[in-house]
Amino acid sequence: MTARAPGERTLRGRVAVIGIGETEYYRHGASPDPEFKLALKAILAACDDAGLDPRDIDGFSSYSDDRSEAGRLAAALGTRRLSTAVMQWGGGGGGCCAAVANAAASIVAGLADCVVVFRSLAQGQYGRFGQAGGIGTISGERAYLMPYGVLAPPQRFAMRVRRYMHEHGVRQEAMQAIALASYHHAQSNPRAVMFGKPLDPEKYNASRWIAEPFHLFDCCMENDGAAAIILVPEERAGDFRNKPAYILGAATGAGYRSGAMPHNSPQYASASFEMLAPALYRMAGISPADVNVVQSYENFTGGVVMALVEHGFFKPEEANGFLTLDNLIAPSGKLPLNTSGGNLAECYMHGFELVIEAVRQIRGQSVNQVKRNDVAMVIGGPMVTPASNLLLGSGATL
Amino acid sequence: MSDTPRTTYLPEGLPIPVPENDGLSAPYWAGLQQDRLLVQRCPRCTTWQFGPEWLCHHCHSFDIEWTEVEPRGRIFSWERVWSPSHDALRRHGPYLAVLIELPHAGHVRMVGNLLGDPLQTVTIGADVEGVFEHHRDSTPSYSLLHWQTTG
Repeated sequence: MTARAPGERTLRGRVAVIGIGETEYYRHGASPDPEFKLALKAILAACDDAGLDPRDIDGFSSYSDDRSEAGRLAAALGTRRLSTAVMQWGGGGGGCCAAVANAAASIVAGLADCVVVFRSLAQGQYGRFGQAGGIGTISGERAYLMPYGVLAPPQRFAMRVRRYMHEHGVRQEAMQAIALASYHHAQSNPRAVMFGKPLDPEKYNASRWIAEPFHLFDCCMENDGAAAIILVPEERAGDFRNKPAYILGAATGAGYRSGAMPHNSPQYASASFEMLAPALYRMAGISPADVNVVQSYENFTGGVVMALVEHGFFKPEEANGFLTLDNLIAPSGKLPLNTSGGNLAECYMHGFELVIEAVRQIRGQSVNQVKRNDVAMVIGGPMVTPASNLLLGSGATL
Repeated sequence: MSDTPRTTYLPEGLPIPVPENDGLSAPYWAGLQQDRLLVQRCPRCTTWQFGPEWLCHHCHSFDIEWTEVEPRGRIFSWERVWSPSHDALRRHGPYLAVLIELPHAGHVRMVGNLLGDPLQTVTIGADVEGVFEHHRDSTPSYSLLHWQTTG
């Protein structure tokens, strides 16, 4: 760990997460509340967790074109002053860490003092990501894909993962281990949609193919819910109820022509973190060996394999050996992964449940608490452009 | 190249591809309807580019040209789809989508379906040739480019 140099442009240690909140998590279509109400509930829960008057929030940050718009939220909550309203471009969960970084940057730059970062998603109300209906004609990127039956996310990402498996000899068992770890952790998490529904290798292997190489259990769920965190400048971090989790680093974006469509990015068999991971470690002043626990966005398990490789935890050729259930589970696996159950088994809150779980780990409040918990990583949606990642740390890391 | 297949690979009812409002990809879609595969190439720096853009990503020339290329290539990746994500695919069996690279056109890649048995063994690196699939009775009419293995 290194102290920051004077004048250095960084987020390291300058912003703290002081509140986390979420709604109950539902299967898609099962939420009794509409999406906007879910957002309000999660934000109020985060304020309650912090011991903060919701009217003191002065900024909103989200991603993936969240429909719960900042101006309406500010009016609904009686926000006294709206200072920042930030939206990260890009669909999918690639922005779940970028939304935190953008909010933190607003605070460091003096634009805002208390920013809520959130995601609200009711796939029952607005349609499932996994189904493409009601489209007559199509243009742009999807015109090169949809007429060939490449319609929904599993079909859009399976070829990328297949190519990666081909290039590096990654086996199905490596992806299976990621699914098993998420389900293992969800069995101790009463919030998890898959609580009480354990997974074993036999059930994984017997599950239907969605799109080879993805079995059903390689694919994220589709859910309804909302989740929120509250950020303040480090000077105020001690004014609230809970132990603060500090931002150690963040990076957003992707490499050269990563967004070249359709499927024309030069680094095709990649999760888009080749440039972001070194930037993240550089800002945080740490190396992969310093990371105690990882929440890595599972749109599909294959994306997690790539993302962990690109963040330096093992080489691609080591994936089959490293990715075993024992290595990936709390409290003392080599690299405890997705300790709340993640997108596969807790809730597909578009990755924001992963950010919340990282904060819980730093606080020592996870239902699958790791033993060493000073540094927690979140990796946002892999294989998309732009992507993003985040490192959180305890006060001891500053 | 092969003759036009008698039936379409996937059932009718999937989204119909059309050019954007600004017409960027119109030459590509028009070309497919005439059994021609057109890919952008920059006359100034010879860079190939697909999908299309208004300028060359390498030298930033706006005078990028559509160039006809032979519809052949090799399999870069593939997937066998089992779960239908569209009403038109319900009760339709598994199907194969492939990502084809065109080594003779700057290794640009394009997605299509792999004709033949949907349960066939697919080999990355295998040579393929293009097969145009015309939907002339559709409104609007359009054409697709599929692939089949050679040799």
